Amino acid sequence: MFTSFKRIIKWGLTNFWRNGWLSTATVSIMVLTLLVITVLLTLNVVANAVLANLQSKIDISVYFKLETSEEEILKVKSQLEKLQEVEAVSYVSQNQALLAFKEKHKDNPVLLQSLEELEFNPLEGSLNVKAKESNQYASINQFLESVYYKDVIDKVNYMQNKEVIDKLNKIILDVKTGGLGLSVLLALIVFLVTFNAIRLAIYSSREEINVMKLVGAGKWFIRGPFFVEGVLYGLVAAIVTLIILYPLFYFTSPKISGFLPINDIFSYFKANLLSFFLLLAGVGVFLGGFSTMVAVRKYLKE
Amino acid sequence: MIDFKNVSKYYPGDCIALEKVTFSVNPKEFVSIVGRSGAGKTTLLRLLLKEEEPTEGEVMVDGRDIKNLKQKEIPAYRRKIGVIFQDFKLLPNKTAYENIAFAMEAGGRSEEEIAEDVPQILSLVELVDKADNFPCQLSGGEKQRVAIGRALVHKPDILMADEPTGNLDPLHTWDIIRLLCRINELGTTVILATHDREIINALERRVISLDRGRVIRDEENGRYIV
Repeated sequence: MFTSFKRIIKWGLTNFWRNGWLSTATVSIMVLTLLVITVLLTLNVVANAVLANLQSKIDISVYFKLETSEEEILKVKSQLEKLQEVEAVSYVSQNQALLAFKEKHKDNPVLLQSLEELEFNPLEGSLNVKAKESNQYASINQFLESVYYKDVIDKVNYMQNKEVIDKLNKIILDVKTGGLGLSVLLALIVFLVTFNAIRLAIYSSREEINVMKLVGAGKWFIRGPFFVEGVLYGLVAAIVTLIILYPLFYFTSPKISGFLPINDIFSYFKANLLSFFLLLAGVGVFLGGFSTMVAVRKYLKE
Repeated sequence: MIDFKNVSKYYPGDCIALEKVTFSVNPKEFVSIVGRSGAGKTTLLRLLLKEEEPTEGEVMVDGRDIKNLKQKEIPAYRRKIGVIFQDFKLLPNKTAYENIAFAMEAGGRSEEEIAEDVPQILSLVELVDKADNFPCQLSGGEKQRVAIGRALVHKPDILMADEPTGNLDPLHTWDIIRLLCRINELGTTVILATHDREIINALERRVISLDRGRVIRDEENGRYIV
């Protein structure tokens, strides 16, 4: 049993080496497959980061009537914080609002002067509410419009921002589903291309399989070396892919980091090198092993 | 040891390959099966190898109807029969040595046995100095000798040769035939299918003549008369 296993491994390695050109061609195709898969994954990560960044920029502000006490506002704040949809609530007091206003308009003396002439602070205290998902603002708004808060709340700027929020939500949804669909389609195409490349490689060995049967080799003794070869295609392709990706990420990373919220793709890649390898090798080994088994099966039966 | 009893083989489309073929072969016999192309020689050998099933009749080997062999038993059964072919059927990516060793490995023989037997076989077929050559680096006669060596690794009871000299020039042809005779003298039953008149007439052994799927003649010291 162990001897057979050793022999199967030995022949798999020998065949891989002796069928040099065929192995190179098959590995190349598989490298392309793995590259496409990596690019798809990276694009997904980047797109998600961009979307998350956009989402984090949305919030709604709740303005309270001037006569509302700070205590009441803080009560609303703690109520809001209890909501499942709410990620964070920050309180901007009347004074803070005034300071921010002055800072913003410090180049406009007319405006500042007219503010001075008022005997009270005309700016309202407010709460900035951030939802966990951008499509939850509608329900938060509903909560705020409920009768209980009618007396203290002056206005919620949700209505002004509604259109933008809705549009953004639609874009996010489109990018996510479209991206997923496209990724699945592309992945499927490269899978089929690799599958066929391996089948062609085995096709050229169909006569060999027949001869092995004739000299009385058992099914596993015939199948085994091809399987080992297929697995090797996957492993070698994974290593080659990583070798290609390393400089690729190194050079492109500083260029795309400029307009992306992700700081540094290259360091992300470097930190996750092992998981990258395991993922690529996993896909490669599965694809190689599976394809050879399917292809050999056909000629073993004949 | 081999008994064909009323064996017929029909292929789809009313093609008769063999019809009611009956003969038996004794241990250590040297039997030639002759006939024109399409007479049924190859079909007969394929039935014996259990690459095909007879439409009717029984093929008995060592008293057992090979129809009843289980799928699992076929590889072991085939190892009892050495086969050589007109087109050699060597593994192109393996050297002469490896081609022979592979057949032993497939039979689950130990590394020690292989290391001992393969050189012996190589010297029997006079290929010691070509052990590390790939088939594409060998002449036709040398390839056929590798194939014979491979057929002998399991010390088979029967050696089947299907037109073994069909692709060879006269010089190599006689090399191969002499080798087959020698193997027969060492105690292996040899079944030789051929349509080479000269070989048959020179051999002076038992000849079974086939024509259009039927046995038309079966005689000791036979000659090629078709």
